[in-house]
Amino acid sequence: MTAGTERVLRIAMPWLATAGLLIIWELVCVVCNIPALSSVCSIPEIILPRPTRIFEVILLRWDILLEFCLQTLWTTALGFLIAIAGGLVLGLAIGASPFVYSGLYPLLIAFNAIPKVAIVPILMIWVGVGATPAIITAFVISFFPIVVNVATGLATIEPEMRDVLRSLGATRTEILTKVGIPRAMPYLFASLKVAITLAFIGSVISETVGGNRGIGFLMLSAGARNDAPTTFAGLFAIAVMGVLMYALCALVEKRMTRWAFRGELVT
Amino acid sequence: MTAAPAPDSALVDLRHVSLTYRVGGEETLALADATLGIAKGEFIAVVGPSGCGKSTLMKLVTGLLPPSSGEVWVRGQKVTGPIKGVGMAFQNATLMPWRTTRDNILLPLEIVEPHKRQFRRKRTEYAERADRLLASVGLGGFGDRYPWQLSGGMQQRSNLCRALIHEPEIMMLDEPFGALDAFTREELWGIMQKLWMERRFTAVLVTHDLREAVYLADTVYVMSRRPGRMVMVKRIDIARPRTLETTFEPHFVDIVHELRERIHQEHA
Ligand SMILES: Nc1ncnc2c1ncn2[C@@H]1O[C@H](COP(=O)(O)OP(=O)(O)OP(=O)(O)O)[C@@H](O)[C@H]1O
Ligand SMILES: [Mg+2]
Repeated sequence: MTAGTERVLRIAMPWLATAGLLIIWELVCVVCNIPALSSVCSIPEIILPRPTRIFEVILLRWDILLEFCLQTLWTTALGFLIAIAGGLVLGLAIGASPFVYSGLYPLLIAFNAIPKVAIVPILMIWVGVGATPAIITAFVISFFPIVVNVATGLATIEPEMRDVLRSLGATRTEILTKVGIPRAMPYLFASLKVAITLAFIGSVISETVGGNRGIGFLMLSAGARNDAPTTFAGLFAIAVMGVLMYALCALVEKRMTRWAFRGELVT
Repeated sequence: MTAAPAPDSALVDLRHVSLTYRVGGEETLALADATLGIAKGEFIAVVGPSGCGKSTLMKLVTGLLPPSSGEVWVRGQKVTGPIKGVGMAFQNATLMPWRTTRDNILLPLEIVEPHKRQFRRKRTEYAERADRLLASVGLGGFGDRYPWQLSGGMQQRSNLCRALIHEPEIMMLDEPFGALDAFTREELWGIMQKLWMERRFTAVLVTHDLREAVYLADTVYVMSRRPGRMVMVKRIDIARPRTLETTFEPHFVDIVHELRERIHQEHA
């Protein structure tokens, strides 16, 4: 295999794999639903619709899907941005000060262990239904990995690097800005990829439990009407948005922290 | 022990300094009862077996580590924290991978006064200074590269530039030429000597290379195996500038031999 075809193949692989999965799914649904085989197996559409049927629904109801997608997207993105800002600040505080670390770390872990579905009803009592609980849920669920990663980046600064600055007479703030923050950046960006997918989970959970708009709400109401194709259309929409946002984060990561890969990943 | 005469005018003065590392329950006595004085403008070299506490000594002098017992005095003041105005080249080149080589070398100027105040305004001037320094160690044109794009020896040379750029009063050099080939190393001896003769900073050089120690230093200290003690002090009475030719003269060779003998005793 030449280098050229290998590269083309590598780019094509994810598409091929996705297409393959959809084709198998389609085939299974079609074959099982052949009337002659109905005594052996059957998959009613209400349990598992065919992918082509799902795409049909997507085309039919694209206006409402798009509207709800955008709703979910902006609540997720807002929650995510707040999580980045908050996570960065708290992560730096925890990583830079042993006192903040020992004080807050157990609390954070305890907080992270709480299933976020459990807090949505509480949030609804506090702030009502709609976009606000979705933003807050996206924020709390994606906050933790960011804090932990930033703190880890700071805590693992090479002592020699710190010594170089200390021997120059640098203040603690200078050590933080000149070594700490640059050093924590690759960790931050690595965590963003995880955090953005979590943020989607958060906002969709919130919309499912108590929303009046958004993909989560769409899926729930479609489910209540036994409209499985629409529910699946919602799932597809979330998956696509998740992948796109992930790719965006990965791109930003590559751009911002070229040094961390020693130039290797930059192709 | 032939303790060095610690004159009152000593810029750096170590009095019965020892240091014990504690990791978990384990204790390592790295340096035992070191007493030495370094006059202003003096160039000393410290030689000794690996692991005898030479790097530790450097960190004690600059206040990066507090001594377990004894006292460190610099400029007539007892050292309690990291002291200012030191240029330090650590044993492993600790360049920052996210900065270009030039920006790495400029780092001290962003931190040390009075450069810090003028840094923004004089940025181009400082960058030129960094480039000149890079060129003097044979790295002209490499300023825009990242440290991880340089070879080990090139990184060490950049490391040396970073220690020199702010023209510090005290230079701590921990095996700065360790990863270099013999030719580059000897070339850098010449550059180092020239710089020292121009600026007369006070220098402490740690090295494994006895010829290097004798070439560069006014005084050579020999340390014992761990726990390190000063077991010999040798004044080098060879006129400067010393050249590579000097290193083949009988007197130079004799001194190197004498030092080698003493270190061999340590390994026996
Ligand atoms: N941070 C540390 N924690 C525990 N022990 C240490 C630490 N640093 C050094 N030591 C121990 O102290 C002793 C002296 O170390 P040091 O680095 O000063 O040696 P050195 O003379 O510089 O050796 P080399 O010539 O190989 O660089 C060694 O035995 C080492 O194991
Ligand atoms: Mg050492």
